[in-house]
Amino acid sequence: MPTPRLRMVDVRKSFGATRALQNVSFEVEPGEVHALIGENGAGKSTLMKILSGAYVADSGHIELEGRPFRAADPLHARRCGIAMIYQELNLAPHLSVEENIVLGEEPRRFGWVNRKERRALARRALAQLQHDSIPLDAPACTRTIAEQQIVEIARALVGQPKVLIMDEPTSSLTRVDTENLYAAIGRLKQQGVSIVYISHFLEECQRVCDRYTVLRDGTTVGHGLMAEAQLGEIIRLLVGREVQDIYPRIPHTIGETILEFRQLAGRPKPRSASLRLRAGEILGIAGLVGAGRTEMVRAAFGLDRLAEGTVHVRNRLSGLAQPRRRLTEGIGLLSENRKEEGLMLNRSLADNLTLTHFGPLARFGFISSRLQRQAARRWMEELDVHAQGPGQSAAELSGGNQQKIAIGRLLHHEAGILLLDEPTRGIDVGSKAQIYRLMGQLAAQGKAILFISSYLPELMGICDTIGVMCRGVLSDIRPVAEWTEHSIIAMAIGQPESQLETKS
Amino acid sequence: MGNTHSPTRARMRQVLNVLGPFLGLLVVIGFFSLNPEVRPYFLSGANFKVILSQTVIVAVGALGMTMIIVSGGIDLSVGSVVALTSVVAAVLLRQEWIPLLVIPLTVLVGGFIGFINGVTIAGLRMMPFIVTLGMMGIARGTAKWLAGNQTVNCPDSPVNDIMALHQPMQLLPLPPGVWIASGLAILMVLVLRQTVFGRYIFAIGSNEATARLCGIRVQRQKVLIYTLGGFFFGLAGLMQMSRLAQGDPSVAVGLELDVIAAVVIGGASLSGGTGSILGSMIGALIMGVLRNGSNMSDWPNYMQEIIIGIVIILAVALDRLRQRRAS
Repeated sequence: MPTPRLRMVDVRKSFGATRALQNVSFEVEPGEVHALIGENGAGKSTLMKILSGAYVADSGHIELEGRPFRAADPLHARRCGIAMIYQELNLAPHLSVEENIVLGEEPRRFGWVNRKERRALARRALAQLQHDSIPLDAPACTRTIAEQQIVEIARALVGQPKVLIMDEPTSSLTRVDTENLYAAIGRLKQQGVSIVYISHFLEECQRVCDRYTVLRDGTTVGHGLMAEAQLGEIIRLLVGREVQDIYPRIPHTIGETILEFRQLAGRPKPRSASLRLRAGEILGIAGLVGAGRTEMVRAAFGLDRLAEGTVHVRNRLSGLAQPRRRLTEGIGLLSENRKEEGLMLNRSLADNLTLTHFGPLARFGFISSRLQRQAARRWMEELDVHAQGPGQSAAELSGGNQQKIAIGRLLHHEAGILLLDEPTRGIDVGSKAQIYRLMGQLAAQGKAILFISSYLPELMGICDTIGVMCRGVLSDIRPVAEWTEHSIIAMAIGQPESQLETKS
Repeated sequence: MGNTHSPTRARMRQVLNVLGPFLGLLVVIGFFSLNPEVRPYFLSGANFKVILSQTVIVAVGALGMTMIIVSGGIDLSVGSVVALTSVVAAVLLRQEWIPLLVIPLTVLVGGFIGFINGVTIAGLRMMPFIVTLGMMGIARGTAKWLAGNQTVNCPDSPVNDIMALHQPMQLLPLPPGVWIASGLAILMVLVLRQTVFGRYIFAIGSNEATARLCGIRVQRQKVLIYTLGGFFFGLAGLMQMSRLAQGDPSVAVGLELDVIAAVVIGGASLSGGTGSILGSMIGALIMGVLRNGSNMSDWPNYMQEIIIGIVIILAVALDRLRQRRAS
């Protein structure tokens, strides 16, 4: 039996108390396209970051062409023949295509760039992909997204990689461009390059991959030949965990519809989203990262442009609006990006909590810092925020406590409709449980909650109804009892169960 | 162990943050008092009156600039606006307009220029640095054009009283300009700390995305900030005219850098979100004392410039060090 190109055995990695990878084994042959499949947070990117040198494994054994391998840093990994192409494009937009392709590996002599050799390298890399029509001198930002993706792959090829990792390479490509990418992958395969292909879209994996490995909760749970695999079986492997009981059920009654989206469309996402949210209801929106869920609520809230569709608040048409108007209508949005959008990190907790609603804190038009601190202290107690006091800056808090502050702002605003975008992302289990309980309590008070999450167990655990978004379209919304994790995932990856049954 | 001490340490840190610029001012004053030959002249009431009235223009400019820098912006046109408004005031007085009209009109001209800056920055989403750099040239050119490229003399009027030093040998009475600046400083402390408008300025500077998410009309707020800033620069121009008793289109070159330095020495960050009026006022005083003290010590002009440069870098370096220890 020939030595595999890459072998990872029993790799483990922890971040603090969370075990990201517990026991992962993974093998890739030369000239093979290997699908790495797993839900968000299953450990795919951690594993690949270990391989490409961004992280160091706690224990385990990695072999590259039969020899032990341990990447000290990304540059070292690249020199050893491991190249990674990230989901987001990483080009320097103002540099030319040629400069981008050789970036970091410029052929040089005494510090001077050897232009002739640089051109030859760039040309060879593009030719390898049969995309030599891309002009080498054009600035990268003037090319289409698909061409930029090719440039990115060409850059990875300059180092003549043995293993090429592609993370969701088609997420921003059109169908035609995707076909071109498959063709390029086919050529690389013939040249003996091993490719690790990370994708949520199982039908894609079926098209281009030879074998697959499924990760779940940081463990390898299955692998095999793609040709022999059944999609239903892979989905079962993806999901197959017990729903734990950290989801307290607080009884709440559902009332009238108070928020309605009719055929919302943004640019370019979502394509079409309709929903009705009722008072006292927790409506979950499931879907893959990039399906357009965040874009849907941002457009509805007035942060992004709405291309089409209408928003109705308490049965009244409330079409185009600025965030300010939405806030006066009693709608609050929790940003998925806590650090960059959700909070003012260098301002105090009191400032962060009260920013949208100074009214009750002012006397004769002047904000009383005493009342502001009082209000902040009240919310901090209510939400069990661990901090020195209302004057501490938000940056000094842990993720869970920061999130409680961001939610606290919506509560201080007395919002009756809460749009929560990934409220439990990147926070510890304890805080998660507190946030679940809080959401139940808020629903019991008659508040309506739209809950976007990529983590199915929590959606199944606390929602009354769940809708699934796939590639910009929000399809049917059903009571939670009518869903299974299996059927949600099948819907999210665009393979509704009905289709699966007829296929398999 | 560290935990039991942290509340007191946090309070100490807070006190130090407020006192930091104060201590800096004391150090600078103490430094110039070391020389026994300079001390009697330097440490006198009359000299402090001179320092205060020399500082007023930078201080009034710093009131507007603090607001702008806290919001994450910058205004490089201050010096030119001061020159332009001083010329406007002189021209109006020469044409025998009554001072009661000249004063508000001059301030309005400053506000108008700020408004143009704000509208351009907010409307075209341009970098404040670029827009106000352009305005720096436009305002300076307009000033020279209006003045016919020479100083504009004007008749004696109550406007000149704003900066007049009656009784030059004693501290009191202070020129009205010092009182005006102090009153405005107190007002601005209240505005920045305790009005919704002021809190929104901090929010925008700290994180513009959050501000938008929280329903703040960011672009409108920016127009207001630059306009209000312009009013202060117009007032500074009026004071400049009052001090020289003439409108001079080539005055106040590089004033913007003194004003920015005062704000930054006072603890504001050029990336926005932090800063205080009190700090900026002390920063302006530090700059004033440095200039006055170097003159008194008979240091050549070039030494002054080198020393002021060093002080700016030191002040900000200390601030960074303090912040790094805090986090």
